[in-house]
Amino acid sequence: MSGSGEVVGVILILIGAAISLISAIGNVRLPDVYTRSHAASKSSTLGVLCTLVGTLLYFVISDGYFSIRLILGIVFVFLTAPVAAHVICRAAYRHQVPLAEGTAQDELKDYYMENENIDNKANLIEKEVKLQVTE
Amino acid sequence: MILETIMIIALCLLMLAILANLYRVVKGPSSADRVQALDSIGINLIASIAVYSVLLHTHAFFDLILLIGILSFIGTVAFARFIERGVVIERKR
Repeated sequence: MSGSGEVVGVILILIGAAISLISAIGNVRLPDVYTRSHAASKSSTLGVLCTLVGTLLYFVISDGYFSIRLILGIVFVFLTAPVAAHVICRAAYRHQVPLAEGTAQDELKDYYMENENIDNKANLIEKEVKLQVTE
Repeated sequence: MILETIMIIALCLLMLAILANLYRVVKGPSSADRVQALDSIGINLIASIAVYSVLLHTHAFFDLILLIGILSFIGTVAFARFIERGVVIERKR
């Protein structure tokens, strides 16, 4: 090791790797998709952000090289990881993946039932209009 | 020397994380579990590329971080749309 300032980056990288491992353990042990998405999105994002910031600091301190591409990668991961988790959870709920055994309440149930009915009604109305037009 | 040891330890931790997510990919009861674990594997790959570039002391792999991030996000969104609606790209009639 050439300078003692690099220690900051190295420690951040080690912390990030440990958080990634913890999030993977949560991804194995938690009971269903919706609880697992907490482990897979939040703590995993924190782990990778710690690692990338540690890499950035390491290269800034050791070489004086400030990488714009790494900043872009950090921003992109920070923006897209929650979006991806949300999209997957919505797809799972629409696909009727069952909740875990000990789930207390399901607040989305009424909302999605209403929306499905509205969609069906809208489809029916569209079909009727088309039939009338063709007639 | 100490730096290399710590980086190899971090790579081992990330490899264990990828293995745990791979278990979830194989075993996951629904397909949403598998997609979620694949997304998590992509994020862990990004972190391991960053650690590897520190280990080799090179700047050459930083493009790869951005590229794998974008590809992982697009793949996840496409899979989620496929699970939800049965098609990836909807055509307007």
